[in-house]
Amino acid sequence: MQDLKLKAAEKRGVHQLGGDNLVGWDEVTQGIVLTSFEGDATDVAHKKAEERSYSDFNSYTATVASWRVMKPVFNIDVCIDCQNCWVWCPDSSILSRDKQMLGIDYDHCKGCEVCVEVCPTNPKSLLMFSEYEDLGDALASWPEKKKKEKK
Amino acid sequence: MAVEFEVNEREVWDGNYAASQAMRQADVDVMAAYPITPSTPIVENYGAYVANGYVDGEFVMVESEHAAMSACIGASAAGGRVATATSSQGFALMVETLYQASGMRLPIVLNVVNRALASPLNVRGDHADMYLGRDSGWIQFGAFNAQEAYDLALCAFKVAENHAVRLPVMIHQDGFITSHTAQNVYPLSNEDAIKFVGEIVPVDDMLDFSRPVTYGAQTEEDWHFEHKAKQHKALMDSMSIIDDVFAEFKKVSGREYKRVESYDMEDAEVCVIGLGTTVESARVAAKEMRKEGVKAGVVAIRCFRPFPYEEVREALRNCKSIAVTDRSSPGGAMGAFYNEVAAAMMTSQSRPLVTNYIYGLGGRDISIENLKTIFREQKANADAGYITTDIQQFTNLRGPKLGFCKTERN
Repeated sequence: MQDLKLKAAEKRGVHQLGGDNLVGWDEVTQGIVLTSFEGDATDVAHKKAEERSYSDFNSYTATVASWRVMKPVFNIDVCIDCQNCWVWCPDSSILSRDKQMLGIDYDHCKGCEVCVEVCPTNPKSLLMFSEYEDLGDALASWPEKKKKEKK
Repeated sequence: MAVEFEVNEREVWDGNYAASQAMRQADVDVMAAYPITPSTPIVENYGAYVANGYVDGEFVMVESEHAAMSACIGASAAGGRVATATSSQGFALMVETLYQASGMRLPIVLNVVNRALASPLNVRGDHADMYLGRDSGWIQFGAFNAQEAYDLALCAFKVAENHAVRLPVMIHQDGFITSHTAQNVYPLSNEDAIKFVGEIVPVDDMLDFSRPVTYGAQTEEDWHFEHKAKQHKALMDSMSIIDDVFAEFKKVSGREYKRVESYDMEDAEVCVIGLGTTVESARVAAKEMRKEGVKAGVVAIRCFRPFPYEEVREALRNCKSIAVTDRSSPGGAMGAFYNEVAAAMMTSQSRPLVTNYIYGLGGRDISIENLKTIFREQKANADAGYITTDIQQFTNLRGPKLGFCKTERN
């Protein structure tokens, strides 16, 4: 089972999308231009997400979890760290470090099921469950390895 | 480094060539364009300057006008000085991205050679495309001849890139009548031109890697209204900066521009207010009317957006009857220009009579005689004290007389 606190950086998904401080027309940014980071961001690309100083307007600090009705659950016991899900995820929501799959970023995952589709293991290491399913219950109900059908 | 392109003190240029020379002198970084009649020579000439080494800028060939403006938006957001040109159907295809450009506050310069919108397909000049851009949040300048197309293009960069403005600017010239008529044009020297326009100082440029920014964010009901209000405020506030730039341009060129131009208006009782090349015809007609004893004058709009309500009111203050000329199919209303002028005069002390003439669609000529008829009708209105004709009339149209709406009288 994934450690939900693992790589859950301090500022990730801390507010709802759109920001909390609804300022007036005279205070909004010119041209709806939003800065991604606080301060000088030179070489930020070489830092890991949890080390970056994301600004309040960066989607990293916002949560979009309320949109999701089905969630992928990750089973670390079956995973072979092939990184397929990390490559295909359209929302950068697969948490992986040093080519080791760690879990799902539930603040940004939209529940599209692409990771489940591309997972090559038997049984799959990622499966979709209801948003309200307890992670422990989900893992307890994981299917067995499928046997090859006899011809 | 670009090869010097020599210009003479006096040149014989058409409106398109004049505009392309302004683009060259302004040292544009990126021009992304898709050619369309009658604006094609602007981008074609600029392409030739690139190919022959007269400019250091990039010419980006794209697959449509939508892509042309999209590429301009990208280049402008990156921090470059950016310009392009279009007309008519191409303008229509660009519309979605025009709103993006102004909303993102990108100082793009767009030369629009006015042409009718299909259907029926037509390549000649009317103001349908210009009107299509009137709510797009761009500043809109009107040039009445080749010299002005050149001058206003240089001014456009200076206005757009001013940090208090940061809005895109269109320079309109009439298809064929201005764009393809060769006239004497007195350009600035290359040195004076670039000195006047100056260097672009980028704002929130995407090539600043120490400060990455997001352009084109989505906002819903909690943010959208505030952003659009701020944008509108910037557009309204740009009027004083446009005045400053025109004043500065006068210093280097000797040529004076105002957001509202007045001709023979000192004692005018009746007037024609117009846009584009019609202004010069109306000035000739007004002079002839004065020989007939009619105190006729002409008012012209140099800056269609932001619309100069106060200056229009000031210019028309002592006039008794005003003909507002709209060169675009009105589509089930009074002409858009009429509505602006009527709104301005409705809140004036004098509340003069305001009538609407639809004319010149698809490049149909408007003759001095047509304009004199309009002046005579204004004189009749002024003498009667009410609008004696239909409020909206069609001028120089074949078939039975066409007009709509009478004035309300007790």
